[in-house]
Amino acid sequence: MIAVKKLVKRFGLKTVLRGVDFEVQPGEFVALLGPNGAGKTTFLRILASLSRPSLGEVKVAGFRLPNEAAAVRARLGVVSHLPLLYGDLTAEENLRFYARMYNITKMEPRITEVLEMVGLENRRHDLVRTFSRGMQQRLAIGRAVLHDPDVMLFDEPYTGLDQDASSMLDDVLKTVAAKGRTVVMTSHDLARAEELATRFDILSRGMITASASPTDLRRGNLLTFYKEALAG
Amino acid sequence: MAENVERTTKTHTADRGSRTGNFFKAVSAVVWKDLQAEFRSRELFSAMLVFSLLIILIFNFALELDIKTRQSVTAGVLWATFAFAGTLGLNRSMAIEKDRGCLDGLLLAPVDRSAIYFGKVISNLAFMLIVEIIVLPVYSILYNVNLFQAGLLLVILLGSIGYVGVGTLLSAMSVQTRTRDILLPILLFPVVIPVLLAAVKASSGYLTGAEFSEILLPLNLLIAYDIIFIAVAFMVFDNVVEE
Repeated sequence: MIAVKKLVKRFGLKTVLRGVDFEVQPGEFVALLGPNGAGKTTFLRILASLSRPSLGEVKVAGFRLPNEAAAVRARLGVVSHLPLLYGDLTAEENLRFYARMYNITKMEPRITEVLEMVGLENRRHDLVRTFSRGMQQRLAIGRAVLHDPDVMLFDEPYTGLDQDASSMLDDVLKTVAAKGRTVVMTSHDLARAEELATRFDILSRGMITASASPTDLRRGNLLTFYKEALAG
Repeated sequence: MAENVERTTKTHTADRGSRTGNFFKAVSAVVWKDLQAEFRSRELFSAMLVFSLLIILIFNFALELDIKTRQSVTAGVLWATFAFAGTLGLNRSMAIEKDRGCLDGLLLAPVDRSAIYFGKVISNLAFMLIVEIIVLPVYSILYNVNLFQAGLLLVILLGSIGYVGVGTLLSAMSVQTRTRDILLPILLFPVVIPVLLAAVKASSGYLTGAEFSEILLPLNLLIAYDIIFIAVAFMVFDNVVEE
């Protein structure tokens, strides 16, 4: 579903990604872990067609980036730590706007379905700026799944959420993943990554330095694996 | 490796056969979103309007002019007012997109990115024209000058289109920087000088009752500038908004 070959990204003289090879099979949930400044967000932005690779080959859902970016974007849902929502529009209006941008057929039933999925059906007519951070993040997930994408990218979705909001987000993420979607999530929260992901990749100094599945790890050993990968 | 990735099909999205239809749908979605959000908050519109009224009041008190001189400075005062208020609106319009990451949300949509540009141009133009519609009668009363002439209104429309066309492109560029508030006027005013010069010249011609042959040249310049810069913006917007 995602295939990246020898990806290099430079900003001026600074090289952020140094030949990343990365492959994700359909239905996999990959947690991309790494320290601050490792290049996780840059990597996700390239997969999302928001940034162009300097070198290398990137394919998402069978389409090459950046040449077939529009086709990739039609099959991609992105959630970041920013909500990507308009505070002066209601929850329903935000979804309606994005539904029109994605040219979604049967818009109204789909909006209702998504609002029910993220548990915001009773707040559909409220302005988004009145929402708590957790509610905004749930609506952001609703926005991202509105067009039923095959691939979902989550960039630090738990940033700024309290325990309750994080738990609710867990449930929504599990629902999203249960639909057989391919998910790539960056996170600093190892416990949550361990609970959700089917594979853990470590991105360090601009390269994937280690990869493991839950069966490769003994229970509760992701932290050790992570530390060893960073040290190595 | 990359060749093995299978192309997927969509279920909820419509067939992408009608690209023109999708383009106009996206343009109208952006316009609707901007107008709806502004109708609620009135942040952008009220700032532009108050700023415009303050400028013409300041000019009114600063330039104690006789009727004849008033007519000769009217075009300059009007366009200075529109240009300053327009910059305020352009800055705010793009800052709203950037602050909550909404610009990324727009760029993630599977539409031609020039649809986003045209949507923003139309909504920015609507805000600017509404402000101008309110400013013109106030100016007429304060300066005792009749501004309601079809020719002058056409010049204001053409000048506003050129100003907003370039301004929307440059605000999309400046909003990516830390110094966006000061960068936009620095980038915009040198580029938009031909529009302002032609607009002032044509407006002045209508206000002083000049021959149409004298007004024709600046009017043609305005039309040419509008077409050229909107065409350039259409071609480069995708590159401007991408990192």
